[in-house]
Amino acid sequence: MWRKKEISTVEIRSFGPGANLCFNILVALFAISCLLPLIFIIVISFSSEHSLVTNGYQFWPAQWSMAGYEYLSRMSGKLLNALGVTLLVTVLGTAINATFTATYAYSISRSSFRYRRFFTLFCLITMLFTPGMVANYIVMTNLLQLKDTLWALILPMAVSPFNIIVMRTFFKRQVNESIIEAARIDGASEMRIFCQIVLPLAVPGIATISLFAALGYWNDWFNALLYIQNTRLVPLQYLLMQIQSNIQMLSQNATQGAQYATGLSNIPKEATQMAMVVISVAPIALSYPFFQKYFVRGLTIGGVKE
Amino acid sequence: MPNPEPEMPTVQPETPEEKAARKKENRQNFWYSVRDNTPLLLFVIPGAIWMIFFFYIPVFANVVAFKDFQFDPNGFVASLARSPWVGFKNFEFLFSSNAAWVITRNTVLYNLGFISLNLIISVFFAVVMSQLRNRRLTKVYQTSMLLPYFLSWVIISYFVYAFLSPNQGLLNSMITGNGGKAISWYNAPQFWPFILLFVGTWKGIGYNSILYFASAMSIDPTLFEAAEIDGANKWQQIKNVTLPALVPLMTLMTILAIGNIFRADFGLFYQVPQNSGSLYNVTSVLDTYIYNGLTATGDIGMSSAAALYQSLVGFILLMTSNFIVRRVDPESALF
Repeated sequence: MWRKKEISTVEIRSFGPGANLCFNILVALFAISCLLPLIFIIVISFSSEHSLVTNGYQFWPAQWSMAGYEYLSRMSGKLLNALGVTLLVTVLGTAINATFTATYAYSISRSSFRYRRFFTLFCLITMLFTPGMVANYIVMTNLLQLKDTLWALILPMAVSPFNIIVMRTFFKRQVNESIIEAARIDGASEMRIFCQIVLPLAVPGIATISLFAALGYWNDWFNALLYIQNTRLVPLQYLLMQIQSNIQMLSQNATQGAQYATGLSNIPKEATQMAMVVISVAPIALSYPFFQKYFVRGLTIGGVKE
Repeated sequence: MPNPEPEMPTVQPETPEEKAARKKENRQNFWYSVRDNTPLLLFVIPGAIWMIFFFYIPVFANVVAFKDFQFDPNGFVASLARSPWVGFKNFEFLFSSNAAWVITRNTVLYNLGFISLNLIISVFFAVVMSQLRNRRLTKVYQTSMLLPYFLSWVIISYFVYAFLSPNQGLLNSMITGNGGKAISWYNAPQFWPFILLFVGTWKGIGYNSILYFASAMSIDPTLFEAAEIDGANKWQQIKNVTLPALVPLMTLMTILAIGNIFRADFGLFYQVPQNSGSLYNVTSVLDTYIYNGLTATGDIGMSSAAALYQSLVGFILLMTSNFIVRRVDPESALF
């Protein structure tokens, strides 16, 4: 039955064979252009330093080499530290973000919650206006005194007002108020209702917001740029950024190739640099095809407004 | 005061005791309602505290735009209180310099470019993908198109660097390989409007086209059947069935984007050009200007003025665009 329906829709809304081939090629080209830079970086990370310096970056280097990754394993202290910071921030941040967002959204989704209008408005207002980078910076550094702490990497993204509104709609649609009422009559506490009845029903929504949060934390360099000076607290993305600006500075100071090549011995080499990029992309590139379906669902999850 | 005729509906002034009793009752009612709502209130509190510290207090901290701000060792309140008021001086400074014009122009023009490119290209891809015969292949395309969206701007800037690096970049080796002269890309402002528009659009197309794709796939198939029976060819079907069905989403996305026209993607404009000074004229936008003012030059007054300028105009634009959406289609309005 399902099969039959699928086939008939394919036939109705699809191109003729000729147009189909043309458009397939066109879309495929763009799709490849999205993967190509990553492939390029991977190839560079496996190129030998010699061929990089003489021939530049190439899709097919004269000489392959694992030297970049070997060098990386030797200088692993800094890298491992950055990886550790990023992992810690991502795990802790995602847990905090998902908890705070879900509980807030659940409360304002309950029609029996007396202050729900107030707190809904309290959340909506934050979406209308941006306090701005300077004001946030002053509050973070001067009022909260969080400069150079791990919290500076976690707290700025700990709650997402937009996700709260999305989740509120999700709870309203997914969790029937009568189930909650029934549980209450049976004597369940609010905590128990939330953990044992609401959460299991809300797993898809919570998976989606956790995903967004985890991605945000893993990819974050902006908060590190503003608040982190201690080298032990540098996350992976910020480390990559620092290395890049070092290289950039050196290549601007050195006039031409020869000096550049000599200066290369004491900074992370080209291949090493790209190997680090590969390592920081790998978790996302390997896992996103699997979580993509949650992501796509997340785009439509809050689609219906109440 | 005892009332001899209770049936007379006269309004008696409250005695102090009555007033106290009423107040007490109100207070009691308030505490009862708090007690009844305690669990749900506890659920709300962490998020509410976050909003206070990361939104409400910073909003008021925007007064620094009207002050000559100095960090005071005694903390936040002291810093705010002890910095002298300077009125609109920071704003006068900002708008008397050429920078205000350049950054506003860049921010708005780039965003206009992104809005139109995004709209045209992602609708095009969405429509095309909704018509491809092989569903599995379409999925593969979408998955690869989504990859850049999931990567950070730091990574993307490495991607760009692999092509544009003055010494090793692929583009320069191609140019010199064909006998041309190598271009110092990070010092050549004439190319950057195109590079930034290209990179910014490229990163977002996957995401946007999936949005439109989902909308195109939810069109009732009987409409296409009817069109086919009426003798419409493929192009006519797209023009008269698919595109009209996408118009509401297109309107909504565009209007929301116009509401954000004063906000630039900091990562794109800071990371991809690698904050190269010789490109500032074409890459400087409000967000990078504010950041550079805050950190590099340490001019908190001027950058807070620029930040408030950005927030206020952004707020007005958002309210206006939401007002328009509500007139056009109340269902898709933000509030």
